[in-house]
Amino acid sequence: MKTANKTVTAERLVRDALEKAEHFRDYNIFTYINKTGAIQKAREIDAKIARGEKVGRLAGVPYALKDNFLSPEGETTASAHILERFTSPVTATVVAKLEAEGAIMIGRTNLDAFAHGSSTENSYYGPTLNAFDQERVAGGSSGGSAVAVALDIVEFATGTDTGGSIRQPASFNGVYGLKPTYGCNSRYGVVAMASSTDCIGFFTKSPDDMDLLMSIASGRDPKDMTTLPDYYNNTKSGARLGDSRLAPARPSLRGSGAQSAPVVANVHETPTRRIGVIKDFDNKSVDSEIRNALKRKCETLKKKGYEIVELEMPALKYALAAYYIIVPAEVASNLSRYDGVRYGFRSDKSKDLDSLYENTRNEGFMPENKRRIMIGNFVLSSGFYDAYFLKAAKARTLILQEYEKAFEQVDYILTPVSPSPAFKLGEKANDPVAMYLEDIMSVSLNLAGVPGLAVPAGKTKAGLPIGLQLVGPRRSDKQLIEFAKELD
Amino acid sequence: MSKYVPTIGIECHVQLCTKTKLFSEVDNDARGKEPNSCVSPVDYALPGMLPRLNGEAIRFAILAGRAMNCEINALSRFDRKHYFYPDSPKGYQITQFYQPIIGSGYVELPSGTKIRIEHAHLEGDAGKLTHFDGYSLVDLNRVDTPLIEIVSMPDIHSAKDAHDYCKELWRLMCYAGVTYGDLYNGNMRFDVNTSLAPEGSKKLGVRTEVKNLNSFRSVERAVEYEIKRQTKVLDSGEKVVQQTLGWSDTTGKTTPQRSKEVAADYRYMPEPDLPPIHLSAEFIEAESAKLPLMPSDYRERFKSVIAEDIMEALLDYPTLMQKLGEINEQYVKNVSNWFASVLLAEEKSAEYLNDLPSAKDLNELAEMNEKKELSSTATKEVFLRLFDPQMKGRGAKNIAKELGLIQENDLGALEKIVDAVLAKPETQKAQEDFKAGQEKVLGFLVGQVMKESRGKANPSAVSEILRNKLTK
Repeated sequence: MKTANKTVTAERLVRDALEKAEHFRDYNIFTYINKTGAIQKAREIDAKIARGEKVGRLAGVPYALKDNFLSPEGETTASAHILERFTSPVTATVVAKLEAEGAIMIGRTNLDAFAHGSSTENSYYGPTLNAFDQERVAGGSSGGSAVAVALDIVEFATGTDTGGSIRQPASFNGVYGLKPTYGCNSRYGVVAMASSTDCIGFFTKSPDDMDLLMSIASGRDPKDMTTLPDYYNNTKSGARLGDSRLAPARPSLRGSGAQSAPVVANVHETPTRRIGVIKDFDNKSVDSEIRNALKRKCETLKKKGYEIVELEMPALKYALAAYYIIVPAEVASNLSRYDGVRYGFRSDKSKDLDSLYENTRNEGFMPENKRRIMIGNFVLSSGFYDAYFLKAAKARTLILQEYEKAFEQVDYILTPVSPSPAFKLGEKANDPVAMYLEDIMSVSLNLAGVPGLAVPAGKTKAGLPIGLQLVGPRRSDKQLIEFAKELD
Repeated sequence: MSKYVPTIGIECHVQLCTKTKLFSEVDNDARGKEPNSCVSPVDYALPGMLPRLNGEAIRFAILAGRAMNCEINALSRFDRKHYFYPDSPKGYQITQFYQPIIGSGYVELPSGTKIRIEHAHLEGDAGKLTHFDGYSLVDLNRVDTPLIEIVSMPDIHSAKDAHDYCKELWRLMCYAGVTYGDLYNGNMRFDVNTSLAPEGSKKLGVRTEVKNLNSFRSVERAVEYEIKRQTKVLDSGEKVVQQTLGWSDTTGKTTPQRSKEVAADYRYMPEPDLPPIHLSAEFIEAESAKLPLMPSDYRERFKSVIAEDIMEALLDYPTLMQKLGEINEQYVKNVSNWFASVLLAEEKSAEYLNDLPSAKDLNELAEMNEKKELSSTATKEVFLRLFDPQMKGRGAKNIAKELGLIQENDLGALEKIVDAVLAKPETQKAQEDFKAGQEKVLGFLVGQVMKESRGKANPSAVSEILRNKLTK
């Protein structure tokens, strides 16, 4: 990470980033450019450097903020009409941590409204274009952030991943994208999509940058009761995978203190690391160039002394169905607060309370938002709860157990991120199921709470980036990032 | 009328007096504060805000549960209950639908009847709307004030028992110290379900629910009214309509609020932002041990000393009962009488209740009274002075001395005063009248002696001496 110093000032770094952002304007990456604020902050940092004062680990590093992170700088819209002109009085925990280290937000990035989507086409502000082909989608929902890093506008960008929203756009644009273990980074101040699967992560150009950001952003936050006790910075460099897989998925009031012990215990006696590949994912619905890229990586790993193990994980075929029940249920619930009463957009056509709700929500939400609200309310409604939500919750437990079993056999799992490289704009926009299938390889991680790192793995003949996904047990984030270097 | 048996179940919401709200660090005590001044971004549901569970509310729930002889569940969870209304900023209420913190138990009424508790759960309160012509104002101060909702079994069969149950619940919650217990300001609210079934029938009748009652009296009246109304409906061969009703104290009637035909679907869902609550047996034990003495404990302890009606009157005031618990056993009867007949009749009694005299003072006063050093009038006077900020702390005996209220019990000294009075010419006629058999003039003579002693003489001793002297 290139930080500011006496010769290369923060202001220089920030102005460069702002110029590049302007240069790539056609890509529709940003919903807001923080020009004045960023330059002012850069000057403050430069003054500190000039005075010889201590500056943070991200001093003067420009970054892009996915527009669903709350901070008083600019409006937090989540690319949704209903949050138009919403200025937040509070700052998300992760944003506060980054800024405390001197990082400078130069702009807010585009996303599918409320992070509902896999292409950024569901944004109220229109789609973001792919960094490698302007006729193709950036992926989503964190499309703006992925492209901002891919085009070297910024060194890193924040993202949220509920079912693939970091990993898929990272793979579409050839950058690293991490979905950490559920609860590793605080969700406080991030517009909620689905509370039990939302994860806060980053886009970077290298594993080392990812490691630095995670060491800053991770840790227990009293404002988010689902955060885990800090383990990331207690994981020793080079540590083998440990008993982390045995730890419970969620912290509890009783056990939280005891779980903060460093995760270093060895489980595997053999020096050879074992890498799993999932048999079921090797089929014709996956693009052949992606399957070949995976095979090439496996060959490289074998040469380096790793053992490749084929895994059967039959429960994963229920992941997408379970995901599209649990997530819409939580989405419908989390979007209930947008009612036009206290903040954001309010329809002025209304005559009474009911029409205020109806018009505000009807005009303020995008079609995909409404689709998920309707699915969610349906599966939660009295008489259907057991048949849908409860059954999906059971499937989720099976998936979680299947991952636990898999990690008894292997250290990591390597899979494609998505079945195909970046698709054309509009190609799947009118086919929600085809769009949901984009998530088929990514959602099971969110249901199980395990971390996944999208790593660049070459390009297709047509020049589109291919991404692979490294999966580890819960709390193995740091080892996963270190292992990514082995794939180069 | 007796051909139907009423069956009543009651849900009671208790606002907990925690320092902060259930899910945020904002002041939970909004009494006398500006609307919307006790509201955090979590309470008004800004995007991205997450609930933070208040540990004090958990401890209060344990106390409340133990006060009702309830099991405390080692594992409980929160759920979301969805509905759209401006009093609910999140669009859902965080409650405990599937796994409540408080399990089954019972409440024993003064009559000895036991009312079983089905369960009780923690949840956040809603905001308050005030309606005007064409618009409404929203005050979110009350949003996510911790509540426990106590659900009784349908064990109540009369309006009187409904009244007594609510009152006993109120006492239990006040004794446990988990609520301010201010009914007028809605600290406790009752929803009462009433149904009638023919005598001997095993099936319950169709019930109605009267919502949001905030006094014991209105609970009793509403149940009485519903029993009468439903009896009339059934007698005329019609069916009771299952519905939610409101109650008016002014008209003394219930009126339909909304029909259950369009029953709201709350789309309950596990609350994903809050981890489950695990309570260890040791923690539950340690917290339960903090429960102070309950009304039933005092009833048992003082049953041979304090009359039942006085006991029930005093039990409404936990501080009085706590104080009686500190009084020497032989004086409890007297002190409880002063509390009941003197203190509660005082205009300022409400203020006094929170700042009672020390047990030492009360014991001292009771001792003087018993030794006849103070007349009953003087005792009451000193008793009230013990509450006087100017006098307080000087000790009962000193106050009595300062006021010159100590009775003269020294027989020799009294005889001298009596002799002096009998020597006075103006008493001669009375003396003769008494000797002639007019008993009632003795009172006049006693009065004269009292006057001579400036009120310090013990009147019964005086009358004894007089009688001896005049009948010799």
